[in-house]
Amino acid sequence: MKKIEIRNASHFANNEKTTLFIENGVFVDSLSGEADEVIEAEGLTVMPGLVDMHCHLREPGFEYREDIKTGTLSAAKGGFSSVCCMPNTKPVCDNAAVVEGILRKADQVASANVFPIGAASKGLEGKEIAEMGLMKEAGIVAVSDDGKPIANANLLKKVLEYASDFDLPVLNHCEDMSLAEGAMNDGEVATSLGLRGIPAIAEEIMIARDILTAEYLNMPIHICHVSTARGIDLIRQAKKRGVKVTCETCPHYFSLTEEKCINYDSNFKMNPPLRTENDRKAVIEGLKDGTIDCIVTDHAPHHIDEKDIEFSLANNGIIGFETAFAVGYTYLVKPGYLTLPEMIEKMTINPSKILRLGRGTLDNGMPADVTLVDLKQEFVYTEEEILSKSKNSPYIGEKLEGRVKVTITGGKITYDELR
Amino acid sequence: MGLRNKDLLGLKQLTAEEIMEILDTAKMMKMVLTSGNKKTSHLQGKSVVTLFYENSTRTRLSFELASKYMGSASANITTSGSSVNKGESLLDTARTIDMMATDIIIMRHSQSGAPHYLAPRVKASIVNAGDGMNEHPTQALLDMFTLYEKYGHLDGLKVAICGDLYHSRVVRSNVIGLTKLGSTVSVAGPRTMVPIGLEKMGCTVCKSVSEAVKDADAVMGLRVQLERQQKSLFPSVAEYSKFYSISEEVLKLAKPNAYLMHPGPCNHGVEIPTSVYDCPQSVINEQVTNGVAVRMAVLYLLMARRNQE
Repeated sequence: MKKIEIRNASHFANNEKTTLFIENGVFVDSLSGEADEVIEAEGLTVMPGLVDMHCHLREPGFEYREDIKTGTLSAAKGGFSSVCCMPNTKPVCDNAAVVEGILRKADQVASANVFPIGAASKGLEGKEIAEMGLMKEAGIVAVSDDGKPIANANLLKKVLEYASDFDLPVLNHCEDMSLAEGAMNDGEVATSLGLRGIPAIAEEIMIARDILTAEYLNMPIHICHVSTARGIDLIRQAKKRGVKVTCETCPHYFSLTEEKCINYDSNFKMNPPLRTENDRKAVIEGLKDGTIDCIVTDHAPHHIDEKDIEFSLANNGIIGFETAFAVGYTYLVKPGYLTLPEMIEKMTINPSKILRLGRGTLDNGMPADVTLVDLKQEFVYTEEEILSKSKNSPYIGEKLEGRVKVTITGGKITYDELR
Repeated sequence: MGLRNKDLLGLKQLTAEEIMEILDTAKMMKMVLTSGNKKTSHLQGKSVVTLFYENSTRTRLSFELASKYMGSASANITTSGSSVNKGESLLDTARTIDMMATDIIIMRHSQSGAPHYLAPRVKASIVNAGDGMNEHPTQALLDMFTLYEKYGHLDGLKVAICGDLYHSRVVRSNVIGLTKLGSTVSVAGPRTMVPIGLEKMGCTVCKSVSEAVKDADAVMGLRVQLERQQKSLFPSVAEYSKFYSISEEVLKLAKPNAYLMHPGPCNHGVEIPTSVYDCPQSVINEQVTNGVAVRMAVLYLLMARRNQE
């Protein structure tokens, strides 16, 4: 393994000139000899390799959209060292064999650490709890039925109880499906476009249920991709009461609103849907006051044939690895809502703590995951530069600030734009 | 002056001036239509195709006759007799039609925004003949034309629209178009069929049909799809007709000579009792004739724009 020296970078936390040494895949005080590779990082900002606790790599089963190789290449380009992939694969990642398959493949081809998330229920069917213990032994870091909310309250209770025996965090996509038969946020924009709406209460009702259940059991729960003002407030109040609830949001919820749907462009279609300006501001407020712990991508590649069609028929979801940092920097840090360290925490150490990944720091002795960013670089994101197999990004053609230049994971350079 | 855009996607995309130009052109077309010789040569040497993914009697036939009266080559495609049944995508189907040198594609589709999706992807002009719950621009234009003919103006008119507002593309296009030309629109229907934020489109949402109809210059009923009952939007046809239909008593609340309209097809005895449907105030059958005139006007103006390019 290469000995790497990163020279004269600016530290994300305090802007101080920093030199980092990497040997045997971990950060060290000094190298045992000459560096094999010296990265001149003058003018670049150094931060821990980013951690994404919510993405879809689509392997096994949907390799025409993405696979572990292309997904993690895309992640590395976005500055991510670690990604946690959701279990809605084919077959579903609800047993140890699939977990092992994903990890074996990742070991061979991945450009990032891949941490699988196991299904909470068998087949994501919301009926019987999945083999969490065996999956944990195989390497999962959490359980979730992402995309298919756990509708049955009794099953959720059992999932929380059983997962606690194995110290497995439970991540729930909150949506009452009986209220959610729409293509975009419910409200005046949907009405004007003649599209069926998904009301905010579909999300909020289930957040309330999940909080109350976790509170009753005194067990932790993590709420996926929150997007509404009242949902965030429910979590804020619960945290004040001491409920062990954590949550995440995605860059699109603090940078885009439902108005973007007016041209029926399905690159603005995802679940939860883009909400109102009031909700967007509430997401920013939640990030500011710490109610929202993490920023995740919900990277969801879809083939052009599943997206370039009638809006209501198009699949939900957008890709997000390659734009997450820049969108965060452009929409949160530049306008002064968050400091850079505050944003970085939500993309590194916070998700790492919730899932106990042991990543997301620059401390000596820790795995050498590093991201170097040129904060001053403005760029227009283009379809041509996308490394994901799928191109379903709402940010194509948009001018962003803060470009990832180098990503290092476990001491290995996984992305390098300097050369 | 003419139309600004290649396509007619909805009344959202039209200015008040463009709408008036269509209505004034429709006046001329109606003279042609009701004269002894309906044949004109406005579309001679041109081709018009109707592509309908949903059932239709009036809209499709009136477009077809309009294009034929004006001398175009015209053809119809419906989903049941085409490769759509073999799973061909909307885009591939439209491109196929486009590549046969078609000038205008008139389309109806169950998905809102389907014509908006196709418009930039084909060379032909797209005319929206109804997209999901979004718009039905030529229906609203013919409704507006009917009132324009009767009153000589649209400014200051009060129009009531009653029924299933949630699923109705007719109400959306009418609210947009009528308010652009200075009419006021009041709407009413079961609350389960009133989409959230409808008032933001510029109409007044009323608590009851009576309230909406009061002092109206025109009253429009909307078709209730009876299968909606299964989705718990209303409990029974009997209850619907008792509380939400445009009955004789309700119609009396409108101005004495107010006109009764309906886009058809009508469920007799549900949204309008048959006796009211055939009353002297009803212009429902006249609307059908006006539909042909308005569609001739739309085809004429779109083709004029194409010829300029």
